[in-house]
Amino acid sequence: MTTSSTTSSRWRALTRHHLFWPVAVLVLLLLVNVPFTPDFFSVRMADGHLYGSLVSIVLFGSPLILVAVGMTLVIATGGIDLSVGAVVAITGALACSYISDQHDQGALSGVLLAMGLGLLAAVVCGLWNGFLVARMGIQPIIATLIIMVAGRGVAQLITDGQIITINSEPYKLIGGGYWLTLPFSIFVVAAVVAVTVALTRRTALGLLVEAVGGNAEASRLVGIRSRRIKIMVYMFCALCAGIAGLMISSNTSAADGNNAGLWIELDAILAVVIGGTSLLGGRFSIGGTVVGALVIQTLTTTIYTIGVPTQTNLVFKAAVVIVVCLLQSPKFRAKVFGAKFAARFAAKGGAKPAAATADPAAATEAAPKMEVS
Amino acid sequence: MSATTQSPTASDSRTPSSSPSRAARLLGDRRLPVAVTALLFLLMYGGGLARYQYYGFAEPQVFLNLFIDNGYLLVAAVGVTFVILSGGIDLSVGSMIGFTTMFTAWLVERQGLPLLVVVPMALAVGAFGGFLMGYVIHNFEIQPFIVTLAGLFLFRGLCLVISKESISISDSTVSSMAQAQASLGVGFLSIGAIVSLVVLAVAFYVLHYTRFGRRVYAIGGNEQSAMLMGLPQGGTKIAVYTVSGFCSALAGLLFTLYIQSGDPLHATGMELDAIAAVVIGGTLLTGGSGYVLGTLFGVLVLGLIKSIIQFEGTLSSWWTKIATGVLLCTFILVQRFMTTRKKA
Repeated sequence: MTTSSTTSSRWRALTRHHLFWPVAVLVLLLLVNVPFTPDFFSVRMADGHLYGSLVSIVLFGSPLILVAVGMTLVIATGGIDLSVGAVVAITGALACSYISDQHDQGALSGVLLAMGLGLLAAVVCGLWNGFLVARMGIQPIIATLIIMVAGRGVAQLITDGQIITINSEPYKLIGGGYWLTLPFSIFVVAAVVAVTVALTRRTALGLLVEAVGGNAEASRLVGIRSRRIKIMVYMFCALCAGIAGLMISSNTSAADGNNAGLWIELDAILAVVIGGTSLLGGRFSIGGTVVGALVIQTLTTTIYTIGVPTQTNLVFKAAVVIVVCLLQSPKFRAKVFGAKFAARFAAKGGAKPAAATADPAAATEAAPKMEVS
Repeated sequence: MSATTQSPTASDSRTPSSSPSRAARLLGDRRLPVAVTALLFLLMYGGGLARYQYYGFAEPQVFLNLFIDNGYLLVAAVGVTFVILSGGIDLSVGSMIGFTTMFTAWLVERQGLPLLVVVPMALAVGAFGGFLMGYVIHNFEIQPFIVTLAGLFLFRGLCLVISKESISISDSTVSSMAQAQASLGVGFLSIGAIVSLVVLAVAFYVLHYTRFGRRVYAIGGNEQSAMLMGLPQGGTKIAVYTVSGFCSALAGLLFTLYIQSGDPLHATGMELDAIAAVVIGGTLLTGGSGYVLGTLFGVLVLGLIKSIIQFEGTLSSWWTKIATGVLLCTFILVQRFMTTRKKA
């Protein structure tokens, strides 16, 4: 009796963990591949590099993870950044056009300078977004729409409307190179994620971001510089997009102002939503976002491996967005699972009333909703 | 009773409106953004006339071509105006246009259905798509941004499911309709341009002279108050997205007529053009304020940028994007200053 109740409560604690569903979806997607490609999980060594489906999922998903991590923080402040795709294009275009102008394209100093230039441009874009959102008080969707529209034009202006190809060994490393048998971009992603987690969870920064997202006015009144936090978050997001832009252009050794990072903002938002970060702001989960980005990349890979025509990729994605959103919607859950869910929640509330108050995430989630309705 | 209602106007007329208050009232006027956009259009047109007068810019046909080349955008932007006035947003417009071109081309060319059957089907599919999105947005309280984003993926994906390659239309009715011209004495208009102007007129009537139009403004202005007043909030919201879906499908048909083919990549990013046109036309993105006539001027300004760049000859097409972005930014900032001043 007691053992069964403890296992069930442990199971419930597990399912209620915020990472449970994203991870479950990821594992399910990975398992779907096994009947079609039996050696899906095998990782083999060749030329001193590790090869395998898992490695390539992380490799191809790394720009998306980066962009999505930046996007998570923006969404946590109750905003959204549509300009990341354009920033990806601008960064790649600047870096590649600088390198292609160099006499010696392989020179390390030139490559570093080119990367610095690209990242600087990205941060300036982020500063502009943050300025419009925090200082001018413009809705984030609209403020970032400006760079989304104009940014691609700027990227094409930089590349002169052409695809700039370069041939630079050091630049190739960041997106297509290997280090310690693993793709170098995995280390870049790991570093960025680690720094982000450390900054947001080991310092008060994450709490401040969530406070601003929960209620910007209230957090300003308690003395949080909410404007500064917002500007910082947009700059960080643009920086992540910039690194992703370097990675994408380095992987193909080319800058394409038109197509680089096209629709990556939508994928990134999708990854954030799958990862369980509420679009209303006020709470976030970097781990969830990473898993969400991996889910999207795995979905793409799965569609290739199981032989579904690739053109249905977008339909699949649409279906995933709809299902995830419907499951996140309290009203939908109430309607579909109706009485059963309501009864269970009521019982839980009656059994341990402390749980409701002790869950700050639930409280912050509910708060902005009341404003909206 | 009458005294209380008259007193504000009376006091206004007694103090012979000192210049700051007049300026404040002018800035607070809701019609100002439309006027500014119209003025901008006239200035740009005048600038074009001065610069390219020997290259035939003064021909009336150049002006009429703005309607011919941007008729589909006008129809799509009218649909988006409804959504934005109600305080929502619709990102699925471009995909819906692409899907309609594909759907029409496929039915006409591959299935051999007559155009008369295909047109109502395409419009019905568009309206139904919009209805579904509106239904989900209202009933499950999911943000319109995300739902219409899913719509964007879905319709673009459905395009690709129909066919990966573009389908060109060689049907005789389509080509004769595409070439049909209505002479106006000084120039001509295509069927697409006329349809778009009719849509604009209908939208103007609906928004300003019907109950539904007032409800759209009321919900966009303040959803809570609209609900407390007893307005049918859900029905209106769903209807707004249905209108947008219908307009997108109609825009898709016009686009098919204009370009005479279906392609899975047609009209990518057109939703941004439509939103930009609406914003430049002076509609507040927070909803509740704006005019569909402003959208007309927004579309005309965007179209004029394109034709000026064509006339310039040396400028590349990406300058269109940059100019659109800059205009968008300016108008958003102007809107922002206006709304803050109104509150103060």
